[in-house]
Amino acid sequence: MSIVTVQLGQCGNQIGQELFNVISNDTHSSCGQCPKTENEAYSVCSQERFFSEGRNGAVSARAVLVDMEPKVISHAISTAAKSGRWKYGDQSSFCQKQGSGNNWANGFCVHGPRHEEDIMDLIRREVEKCDRLGGFFNMMSMAGGTGSGMGTYITQCLRGTYPHSFILNQVTWPYGTGEVIVQNYNSVLTLSHLYQSSDAILVHENDTVHKICAQLMNIKQISFKDVNKVIAHQLGSVLQPAYTEGASEYNRNPLGDLMKSMVCHPEYKLLGLRNIPQMSEASLAYSVFTWPGLLKHLRQMLIANAKMEEGVDWQVRPPADGLPLAEKGTRNRRFNTSLANLLILRGKDVQSADTGGFMDPALYTSWLPPGVASSTWRTPMSFNRYEKSATLVSNSQFLLKPLDGIVGKAWNMFASRAYVHQYTQFGISEEDFLDSFTALEQIIASYTHL
Amino acid sequence: MTQSVVVQVGQCGNQVGSRFWDLALREHASVNKKGIYDEALSSFFRNVDTRRSDEDNNDISGGKIRSLKARAVLIDMEEGVVNEILQGPLRDVFDSKQLITDVSGSGNNWAVGHKVYGSTYRDEIVENLRKAAEHCDCLQCFFVIHSMGGGTGSGLGTSVLNVLEDEFPEVCRIVTSVYPSAEDDVITSPYNSVLAMRELTEHADCVLPIENQSLVDIVNKIKHMSHSGKLGAEIKQSSTIISGQGGIKGQEKPFDAMNNIVANMLLNLTSSARFEGSLNMDLNEITMNLVPFPRLHYLVSSLSPLYTLADVNVPSRRLDQMFSDAFSKDHQLIHADPKHNLYLACALIVRGDVQVSDLRRNIERLKPSLPFVSWNQEGWKTGLCSVPPVGHSHSLLALANNTCVKSTFIELKDRFMKLYKKKAHLHHYLHVDGMEQSCFTEAVSSLSSLIEEYNQLDATKGLLMTDAQRLNIAV
Repeated sequence: MSIVTVQLGQCGNQIGQELFNVISNDTHSSCGQCPKTENEAYSVCSQERFFSEGRNGAVSARAVLVDMEPKVISHAISTAAKSGRWKYGDQSSFCQKQGSGNNWANGFCVHGPRHEEDIMDLIRREVEKCDRLGGFFNMMSMAGGTGSGMGTYITQCLRGTYPHSFILNQVTWPYGTGEVIVQNYNSVLTLSHLYQSSDAILVHENDTVHKICAQLMNIKQISFKDVNKVIAHQLGSVLQPAYTEGASEYNRNPLGDLMKSMVCHPEYKLLGLRNIPQMSEASLAYSVFTWPGLLKHLRQMLIANAKMEEGVDWQVRPPADGLPLAEKGTRNRRFNTSLANLLILRGKDVQSADTGGFMDPALYTSWLPPGVASSTWRTPMSFNRYEKSATLVSNSQFLLKPLDGIVGKAWNMFASRAYVHQYTQFGISEEDFLDSFTALEQIIASYTHL
Repeated sequence: MTQSVVVQVGQCGNQVGSRFWDLALREHASVNKKGIYDEALSSFFRNVDTRRSDEDNNDISGGKIRSLKARAVLIDMEEGVVNEILQGPLRDVFDSKQLITDVSGSGNNWAVGHKVYGSTYRDEIVENLRKAAEHCDCLQCFFVIHSMGGGTGSGLGTSVLNVLEDEFPEVCRIVTSVYPSAEDDVITSPYNSVLAMRELTEHADCVLPIENQSLVDIVNKIKHMSHSGKLGAEIKQSSTIISGQGGIKGQEKPFDAMNNIVANMLLNLTSSARFEGSLNMDLNEITMNLVPFPRLHYLVSSLSPLYTLADVNVPSRRLDQMFSDAFSKDHQLIHADPKHNLYLACALIVRGDVQVSDLRRNIERLKPSLPFVSWNQEGWKTGLCSVPPVGHSHSLLALANNTCVKSTFIELKDRFMKLYKKKAHLHHYLHVDGMEQSCFTEAVSSLSSLIEEYNQLDATKGLLMTDAQRLNIAV
């Protein structure tokens, strides 16, 4: 089954291009430790999922590029063509001359409806090339105008046109110290609207990835390209083929399987991602990891709500079993309760990895049995030159604090009605703002009481 | 890429405007070595084949530069200044059809400029603007340059602003207004300025006020540096922001030094829209991020550095010094001290080879000393353009929406009231058709309420604002 990727706005297009790069490189590098049949099955599955073959054998990504101004898209297309291995389709991009001016209302109310027909047409053509459609993967940021505003509108249109398809949104959260003054408004409007049309929202925070680049990968002058490469690596580790439990063939329906494991309740759609190990190319050659070590680290990162593998607080422990209900309310605040967890393990000796630690009922909320809440996918193929790689997709309280921060700042600004006239002039009223705030407070409350 | 049209009105507007075009050509000449008409040039210039006789259809879109024509409309009610431009070295950049002139001038009377000439020339102005807009693929912004103290720039300029709002409501209007100093030689300048202020508050998207006194101070400061001590010998004369060297113009005229500063400010403002960079900042993003309330759209600008030293080696301490300077009161283009007032929002447009990490580092460093309003503690908008200005390796333009502008307005109101109480010179205005006493009272009350809005924001400064109470959800 194939996934159609929709890259929206500057951020979506930049990360999307890196993602296809990672996937293409990974698929073409053969894994020395696996039999040839394994290599072939992996590569065929990945190829079908992300690329289509043209008449002359040219490999094109199953992607649609959308932006309101031309510079980023043309850069992405030319960089892809230079790789020699894959490129973007000739008719797969849509752009205009003038951007959205960091204004969500402009993207959602003006540019979205105005260009809906053309964009949906491009997407439909990409869908028709698929033998079987596995779903949509929309990549965007939350802070700007096009990715956030128009991206939300397009997601809504997709939901209307393809009511039975899975839609996974990858959303990049901006730096806390701000690149755009109205980023909190744009974020609030984006998340509240996406919750209604998207199946799940996979989140990356710029601050976190920046720290990974600085501390783990030792990059001195960090550029957006470095940040995007890390995000692409993490996304690739989720989307590349793997075996679900007990399966003998690579999973044909990754988005469906993901939704089934992770999103059991429509109120809980925010997914966080942790991937270890993460290090600079230079250090890769000298490092050796074991599965027990990796899994223990990942489990503690989950419990202590750590963003990366350094600085994990090992003091935090899950509540002891058998505590009476009344006391559970006062349990350690720093402990991160999960709704569902998905482990994706790639690399040597993966069958020996013991994921029992993640089945501990203490990790999970009381109303979901751990047997259902925790799942594992595996593949013996190594990913992106890491001999062993473990990824955790988690529907838990990971994102509670950052979300609360964003809503708090936006609410403060809204209390003085600053900048609101910029939105009302394009069609988003104060009522709409209040509805969005209410929706997000609801989500925050639900996650707090997990 | 988008295009912008410059509308220069009155003597001051046209003089500043001609410096702008001269310096713009200088800047593009130093960047565009191959003589190809590219997107950057097209944002302010048309490429025209002058051999073709059909002047409406002779635009060439790509390829080599043939003849550049500025996307501008020049308006003046007396011919002296515009004629001088047309006879000077910039004559080829302007088309005779882009001019609107009259003979007798406005007599330093806002009413004559706004009511009389405003209605007489309205159709011609609309026609001219429409033609300029048609030559643009995607028109993003109108830049209006004028002064507040006179008659034409002030009166007719604000009438043009009204026309722009009526005819092109979707296009952003950024106005550069030169405010009169206290020792202005035009006695009625307070009347003209206050009457014009009301129009600016209501019809402009964004205003960049400039005060002559501040420009004079900056010019003096640079001349002092040039002539003093050993540092003086090392300043690269062509790199000062008051210099027009390297441009087409031959001799420097008296106001040229001051006008060059304003021209440089406009060039830096539009640099990110013209040239590429790692973090582009379009003009509509400026209005979006810096204007939290529709009437409070007055932005204080400051440029740094004022000059470069001949010493090529620039350690990062000098880079940090550039950021600090932009916030000092000596570099502001109006007489104000933003550090001791309240910031509503701030934008930094950096040109040249500065990285994101340098930018972030300096913001972190300066933030504690700059008071921001409680609901916008992290109110920074940043833009990085990779092309530096001529003669510099990097430069910074800071635009701040800060309550310090109110001191300029309060002074203006005081000078207005001094004259108005005595009804001095009022008859010159009331004689004009369409002008009534109510125009004055309404204008001054608009100014008063603007000052009051800034006062209210100032009152919140330093108070520990508790976070607004969040919505309560029933669980």
